[in-house]
Amino acid sequence: MKLKLCYFARLKDSFGSGSEQLETDAASVAELLLELRQRGGSWASELGQGKAFRVARNQELVQGDAELADGDEIAIFPPVTGG
Amino acid sequence: MQAFTVRVQQERFDSGAEIDRLSHNPACGAVVSFSGLVRDYGDRQDVAALQLEHYPGMTEKALHTIIEQARQRWQLQAATIIHRVGHLPLGEAIVLVVTASSHRKDAFAAAEFLMDFLKTEAPFWKKEILRDGSAHWVEAKASDQHAIGRWQ
Repeated sequence: MKLKLCYFARLKDSFGSGSEQLETDAASVAELLLELRQRGGSWASELGQGKAFRVARNQELVQGDAELADGDEIAIFPPVTGG
Repeated sequence: MQAFTVRVQQERFDSGAEIDRLSHNPACGAVVSFSGLVRDYGDRQDVAALQLEHYPGMTEKALHTIIEQARQRWQLQAATIIHRVGHLPLGEAIVLVVTASSHRKDAFAAAEFLMDFLKTEAPFWKKEILRDGSAHWVEAKASDQHAIGRWQ
């Protein structure tokens, strides 16, 4: 299935990209994160254990057990700092 | 007139005009506003400006959800949230929250609630630009997380 991935703030800078289309078999957010970490480099470090980041599926915050479906928009970003 | 509005924009806003807009409902005895400004220190000293980024679409949804949550807890006639993005120089306004209610207690409490949840749930990120030209992303604060604890 195909996902749209979006990155914001520090993660966008670290990954050198704000969005991408990904063809994947990942069934959940946790599986997707595992796949991204396997890219190594900043992917492994930014999404590694103990790092604070949030994941939104179709613009709503979700946890790792959230399931993925074809066409989902998955955003990964640091804890928010507005206001 | 739209009673509950959310705006994300680069341009400056006119706080007085926004407060005035919510001040003509005969059922409202109280209008409370909060303005957040760019100050000269944050994670570091000598802040000259902020760069604000957001997640278009999700931001507006999150702000409307926060307003809905406030309306379930307090009697509100109207509320406005305006948040700016882009390059914001020292002293300029970042955010405006206005609440209107029959009574001041509801208006005060709802304004504080909206700000507390905006700071922890709406997808905005600040980058501090210092006077020497260096820049870094602001870290999320534990104190902001604690602030929402008291509403639970």
